[in-house]
Amino acid sequence: MSSNKKYWKSVDELNGNPLVETLRQNEFVEEIPTDEFLGDKETLETSQTTRRDFLKYVGFTTAAASLAACEGPVKKSIPYVVQPEQIVPGVADYYASTIADGFDFASILVKTREGRPIKIENNKLAKAGYGANARVHASVLSMYDQNRAQGPTASGEAVTWSDIDAGVMAQLNSGKQVVLLTQTFASPSTDKLIAEFVEKYPNVSHVAYDAVGEQFALDAFEVKYGVRALADYDFSKAEVIVSVGADFLGDWNGGGYDAGYAKGRIPTDGKMSRHFQFEANMSLSGANADVRVPVTPSQQKAILNALSTGSMSGVPENAKKAVSAAISELRAAGSKGVVVTGLQDVPSQTKALEINANSEVIDVAAPRMTRSGDIRKVNQLVKDMNAGKVGMLVMAGVNPSYTLPNAEAFTSGLAKVAVSVACSMRADETATAATHIAPTPHYLEAWGDVQIKQGEVSVTQPTIRPLFDTRQFQDSLLKWMGSDQSYYDYIKTTMTNAGISFNKAVHDGVVMTDAFAKAVSTNTDTSITEDAGASTTFQGGGFELTLYTKTSMGDGNQANNPWLQEMPDPITRATWDNYITMSEADAKDKDLWLDRSTFFTEARHDANGGLNGKLAKITVNGVPLIAPVMVQPGQAKGSIGLAVGYGRTTSIQEEMQTGVNAYPLMLNGSMTQGGVSVEKVDGVHEFAVIQLHNTLMGRGDIVKETRLEIFNTKDKNHWNKVPQVSKDHQEYDVTSPDVDLWDEFDRSIGHHFNLGIDLNACTGCGACVIACHAENNVPVVGKSEVRRSRDMHWLRIDRYYSSQDTFDGDNKKKDGFSGLSGDNGSLGGFGEMEDPAANPQVAFQPVMCQHCNHAPCETVCPVAATSHGRQGQNHMAYNRCVGTRYCANNCPYKVRRFNWFLYNGNDEFDYHMNNDLGRMVINPDVTVRSRGVMEKCSMCMQMTQKTILDAKRDGRVIKDGEFATACSNACTSGALTFGDVNDKDSDVYHQSQDDRMYHLLESVGTKPNVFYQTKVRNTKEA
Amino acid sequence: MIQVNRRNSFSRIITLCAAFLLAFSSSLFAQIDAASGDADAGKALFKTNCAACHKLYKPMTGPALFDVVEKYEEDYEWLGKWIRNSQELIKAGDARAVKVYEENGQKVMNSFSALTDADISNILAYTNVPVTTGGPDGTPNPNPVPVEPGVSNEIILSILGLVLLLLVAVLFIVNNTLKKFAEAQGIVVEEEKTRKPIWKAFVENQFLVLVSVIFLLLGSAYFAYGWMSQVGVDQGYAPVQPIHYSHRIHAGDNAIDCKYCHSSARVSKHSGIPSLNICMNCHKSIGEVAAETQAEGKNEYGVDYNKEIQKLYTAVGWDEASQAYTGETKPVEWIRIHNLPDFAYFNHSQHVSVAGVECQKCHGPVEEMEIMEQHSPLTMGWCINCHRETNVKVEGNEYYTKIHEQLSKKYGVDKLTAAQMGGLECGKCHY
Repeated sequence: MSSNKKYWKSVDELNGNPLVETLRQNEFVEEIPTDEFLGDKETLETSQTTRRDFLKYVGFTTAAASLAACEGPVKKSIPYVVQPEQIVPGVADYYASTIADGFDFASILVKTREGRPIKIENNKLAKAGYGANARVHASVLSMYDQNRAQGPTASGEAVTWSDIDAGVMAQLNSGKQVVLLTQTFASPSTDKLIAEFVEKYPNVSHVAYDAVGEQFALDAFEVKYGVRALADYDFSKAEVIVSVGADFLGDWNGGGYDAGYAKGRIPTDGKMSRHFQFEANMSLSGANADVRVPVTPSQQKAILNALSTGSMSGVPENAKKAVSAAISELRAAGSKGVVVTGLQDVPSQTKALEINANSEVIDVAAPRMTRSGDIRKVNQLVKDMNAGKVGMLVMAGVNPSYTLPNAEAFTSGLAKVAVSVACSMRADETATAATHIAPTPHYLEAWGDVQIKQGEVSVTQPTIRPLFDTRQFQDSLLKWMGSDQSYYDYIKTTMTNAGISFNKAVHDGVVMTDAFAKAVSTNTDTSITEDAGASTTFQGGGFELTLYTKTSMGDGNQANNPWLQEMPDPITRATWDNYITMSEADAKDKDLWLDRSTFFTEARHDANGGLNGKLAKITVNGVPLIAPVMVQPGQAKGSIGLAVGYGRTTSIQEEMQTGVNAYPLMLNGSMTQGGVSVEKVDGVHEFAVIQLHNTLMGRGDIVKETRLEIFNTKDKNHWNKVPQVSKDHQEYDVTSPDVDLWDEFDRSIGHHFNLGIDLNACTGCGACVIACHAENNVPVVGKSEVRRSRDMHWLRIDRYYSSQDTFDGDNKKKDGFSGLSGDNGSLGGFGEMEDPAANPQVAFQPVMCQHCNHAPCETVCPVAATSHGRQGQNHMAYNRCVGTRYCANNCPYKVRRFNWFLYNGNDEFDYHMNNDLGRMVINPDVTVRSRGVMEKCSMCMQMTQKTILDAKRDGRVIKDGEFATACSNACTSGALTFGDVNDKDSDVYHQSQDDRMYHLLESVGTKPNVFYQTKVRNTKEA
Repeated sequence: MIQVNRRNSFSRIITLCAAFLLAFSSSLFAQIDAASGDADAGKALFKTNCAACHKLYKPMTGPALFDVVEKYEEDYEWLGKWIRNSQELIKAGDARAVKVYEENGQKVMNSFSALTDADISNILAYTNVPVTTGGPDGTPNPNPVPVEPGVSNEIILSILGLVLLLLVAVLFIVNNTLKKFAEAQGIVVEEEKTRKPIWKAFVENQFLVLVSVIFLLLGSAYFAYGWMSQVGVDQGYAPVQPIHYSHRIHAGDNAIDCKYCHSSARVSKHSGIPSLNICMNCHKSIGEVAAETQAEGKNEYGVDYNKEIQKLYTAVGWDEASQAYTGETKPVEWIRIHNLPDFAYFNHSQHVSVAGVECQKCHGPVEEMEIMEQHSPLTMGWCINCHRETNVKVEGNEYYTKIHEQLSKKYGVDKLTAAQMGGLECGKCHY
C-alpha cells in the first residue's frame, strides 16, 4: 500500500519557499528564554533553592504522592429505598419477551440482573421454531447504545413531546394526505390500532415497508392464498430438499429454519434428509448441502423450470446431472420433498408454491407474518412526496433514506413534506432528514404483541425502565387519536377480548390462539403476476449480482453493535466488512486476483498474515459502487455477491462505519440484478479475517466425515477409526492407557462435564458465538487487531473447504504423496492443497477450549495459573496469570486468547466496554479480564456452579438437562449438547458412546472433554 | 431511671391509698377507675395491647394517650366501651366516638373485649404517668461515676521512681566520698587496662560480620514480606457510615436474626444491604430509643441515637408527625466494608444456607460491634484454611448423598472437608 502522493500543508511548502524550510528546522517558533535565567549569574547565586533542595522536594512529593495513593478507594453500596419483591441482588430474573424489529422476529427470554437485561435466551415454550439468531442475541447490547436518540427533537432542536404532538395534530386535522410508513410489526394490536387510526382520520393511509423484503414471495402467496404472508416450512419432515437460490439457513423468508433442518440432518435409523442446492453465492445453505451446484440467477430460473416441467432447456451443463437427480428423488420422496426458491420474481415463486402443493413440509394454512412490505406502494409514496401531495409522513422502524435504492428521491421528497416524524431509535439517515424525531424505545423497554406465525401470539414486555426520553410509536398513535389509554392497556384489552389470559400470556411469552388469523381476500391486481423484471434484467450479458444479508449484520439495523461487527462471517470468516464475492476464474479474468506471495507487487497476504483484496467498481443499471473483492470458492462463474447492511454513517460511531452501502443496487426490491459491469480500480483493501487457512490439507482427524451409505453399511472402524500409535512395534489405540504419557485421574466421582458437538447438526449460524460473548464478557478488539489475529472469541466456528471435489478426495490425495517432488510429491502437492476447489465441500466445526483431561497447557504454566478441576473443566485463574503465553503455544487447538491490551475503559478500544452505558451489559458473575492475562472458554463454569448450588440449596439430585453452557443454550439446532457424563441417563453420555463420536486431534492424546460427532453426508459416490 | 422508679413507687403508694380509701368509701363493685389502677401492671398491659399503635406522649398510628382520662373528663364508662369495641360505638352514632374517629383519619381501632375493668383501670393509670424529667431533652440524669477510694497506681509509681532516684544520688555521693578518701590516703586505684572495644573486635571478625549481615537481611526480608502481605488487607476497617447504625443494639440487645435484614444471604451471592423499607418494618413505631440506651449512646459512643433514627426517616421520606411517607427519598450511601476483589467469586448462600456456617464465623462478634468492622482478613489463605478444616454439611442434603459416599470411601474418612469436596480448585472461586 505504498503511495507516491505528496502531502503538503500550505501552498508555500508545495512551491518550495525557503521560509518553510527554515521553519521546519526550528522546533519552536520563538526562542525559549533559557539564557535569560541561566545567564543571569546574580539571580542564580541569590536563589535560595539549590539543586539538592530541588531534588529533595521532588523526592518528597513523589514519595508523599505514592504513599497517599496506597490508601484503598472507598466503595459505596446504595441499597434500594423500597426493594422490589422480585429482585434479589445477585440473583438473575428471567422475563419472556419477543423481538420484532422488522427484520428479526423471535420469542425469547431476557435474563436480567438487578433490573438490567444482560442476556437473551431462547423461549422453549414457543412452538413457531423461530430461535434467537446471532443478531437477536446481540440485540441486548444495541439497547445500551449511547448513539441512540435520547429525546424528542424538531429540526435538530430539543423539544417537548407536546410540541411534537401539536405539530402532528395540526397536520392530521388539516385534511391533507398523511401517510404512516412503518416496518412490519406482525402485531395484532398494532394492526388494529393502525386500522382504528385510519378510520378516525380518513386522510391517513398506511404503507408497510421492509428494508430487505420478500416482495415476490409475498406477492405470489397473496395471489394464491389470499393473505399477504409467507409460507412456512418444517424441514424436519423433509426427505428431499431442493433449494434454487434460497438461503433458507440464512435470512430467506425471515430465517429461523435451521432447527427443523438440523433435525432431519442427523442420521437416525440409517436415514437423513438429502439436500440439493443450486445457488450463485456460497451461502450457509450451500455449505450444508449434500449436492451444491454453483449457477447464476438466470440459470436458476431454468433449473426451477426444469423442476416444475421436467424440461432441461437452459439448464447449464454442470447442473444437468444434479437437476435430473433432484427431479427423480423429489418424485420418489412424494409428499416428503420440498422445493424452495429465492428467485426474485413472482412466476418463479408461484411455481415453487405449485410444486409444493402436495408437500407435507410446507404450511400455507398458518403462514409467517414476518414480512408484509410492498415496494410498489413505497415507490408510489416517493412519487407522491416529490409531487408535494403528502402533508405529513410518520415513519416507524424504517430507515428509507438508507435502505431504499431510490433513497435520494425519497430524501428530496421528504423535504417537500410539511411535517415528517421519524419514530426511530436513533437519529439515522432518515430521521436527520425529517422535521421531527420522536425517539422510540428499544424492544426491551417496550410493550408489544407479535404474531410471528399465524396461530401463535408472543408478548413483548419491558425488562428495564426506558433509558432515554422515548415514547413507543403505538403510544404516540393512541395519543394522536385523543385516547388516554396506554399501549399496554390497549394490548391487554385486545388480548382479553380475544379470550386470552393476559397474565399467562405475559408470563409464558407465547399463547396459542386463532383469534388473530388474517382474513383471506382475493388480490385482483393482475399486474403483479407478470414477470416484469426477469426478461429484461438478465439480458445484455455482464455479471449477475446476488445481494444477500450477512448472518452478523442482517439489514444493517444494528450496525452500531460491536459484537455483530466483530462476528466473523460463517463462510468468508471476515469481520468488520462487506465485499464483492467473486469466483477465482472471474477474478483472474478481471485482474482482481492477488497472488499468494509476490515480491514486487501487492500480495494476497501481508507479513502478519492479514488478507488483502483488490478494489472493483461495479455498475448496476448505471449505479456505480466501489468495493473490495474477496475471492470466494464456490461462487458461480459469471456471478458476484455483495452484502447489504453496511456502509452506514449517520448516528453510527466512527469505528462502526464499515463497508459499503449496497442498498442502492437493490432496484425494485430485487436481490438479484443482471447486466452488472465489473472493472478494476486502483488500490488494495485490507480485510480482517479470522481464519486464514482455508483447507484441511487432508488431515482427517480434524473434521471426520463419511457418506451415509458407508455409515450405514460399514463398521465404525472403517469410517471413524481411532488413531494408532506404535509401542514396542505393536499398534495401540491412542486412547489406550498403555501408551499414555500421563497418569490417569479418577474421573468417575461427582460430575464430569462433557460437551458434545454434532457436526451434522451444526449449520454454522454463529448464535453460540454471540451468546458466548454476552455470557463471558468477551471483549471486542476492533478491525486492526483482528487483522493481527488477536481476536478474542472464546468460541470460533472453523470453516474448511476441500481442495478436491470432496474432503475424501483430499484425504486420498494426501495419502498418495510419495517423495518430495514429482507428480505425487508432497512439496508441490501440499501447495496445491492449500487452495480450495472451485466448488468445494464445506465443513463447519465449532471449536472452543477442549478442556483436555491431559491438558498440554497445564503442564507448561510456570505459575500454575491454569489447572484441572475434578469436574473436567480446565480452570484459568486470571489473577494468577503472569502472561508468559506458554499455554497458548502448547495448546494444539489454539483456543487460548491473550489480552494484548486493556480492552475495557480504554479509549483506544472505544467499544461498549468503554462507556458506562455499554458496560451495563456486563455479566457480573464473570471477571472482566485485564491486560496481560490469558483467557479462554471456561465451559461456563459460572453456569455449572450455579446449577450445582441451586441443587444443593434445595437438597436434591440434579436432573439431566439442568446443566448448560451459553453456547449449548443458544444452539437451536441441537448441535451442542452439554451435560454430566457420569450421569448414565444423560443425553451427553449417550452421545459420548455413539459410534460417530471422536475427539479433535485424537492422536495427540489429550483426552478432551469436548467431543465431536462425525459428519455424515448424504452424497452418492461420484 | 431511678427517678422514674421512685415516681412509680410514689404513685403506687398514692394509688394504693386511693384504692384503700375507695374500698371503704364507696361500693365494692369492680369499676373502671384510673385512680384505682396499678400503673406498673398497666405498663405491661399497654406494651402488649396498645403499643403497636399508641405512644404515651407522641402520636403514632393512633393519638398520644397521655392524660386521656382527663381529656375525656373521667368518663370511664365511655372509655371502657370505646376500648372494648370502638366500632360499635361509632355505629351506634355516639357523637363523641364519631368525632374521635373522624379526627384520627377514620383509622379503625382493634377491639379489646377481653380486657377486664381492672385491666383497663391499670392501663388508664399508666396513661396518667407524666413525662419524666431529667436531662434537658427528657433523659434522666445518669448515675454519677463513683470515685474509687485509695491511692491510684500512678502515685505509687511516682513514689517508687523518686526512691530510685534518691538511691542513685546516694550511691554517687558514696562513690565520690570513697574516691576522695582514697586520694587522701594515697591509694592508687588501678586503672582497668583498656581492652579492644567490642565493636572493633566484631568488625575485624569477617565471619561474624557475614553471618550477621545474612541474618539481618533475612530478618528484614521476613518483616518486609509480612508488611507487604498486609497491603490491601483491610482487617479492622471500620469506616464512619452516613447513619450510625449499631449492630450491638440490633443484633445484640434486641437479638434480631442477621438474616432478618440480610435476607438475600440465604439465596444470593450477596448478603445484601437491607433496603430502607426493611428498617421501617420496626422503625415505623420506634421513633426513639429507650432513655437508658440514649444515655448509653451519648456517654459511651457520643452518638445521639434518636438523631440517627431521624436520619433514617429523612432518607426513607417518613413524616413522623403525619405518620405517612412523603415520597421524597434520599437513598443512603453506605460505605462498603467487605470488599472482595472482582476476580474472586464468593457466594453467601453456599455458606449460609448449604453449609450452615454462622455469620459470626467470618464477620466476628457483630452483635457486640457498635461500629461494624471487617473482622477477618478476607485473604485467600484465610479462605483455604477454613475449607481445609471445615467438614461439608451433608446431613439431610440429597445432593451430597452419592458423591459423599464415593469420596469418603476414596479418601478413607468419615467426614469430608470442603477441600476434599473440591473446595480448593482454582476455578471454583475464580472465573
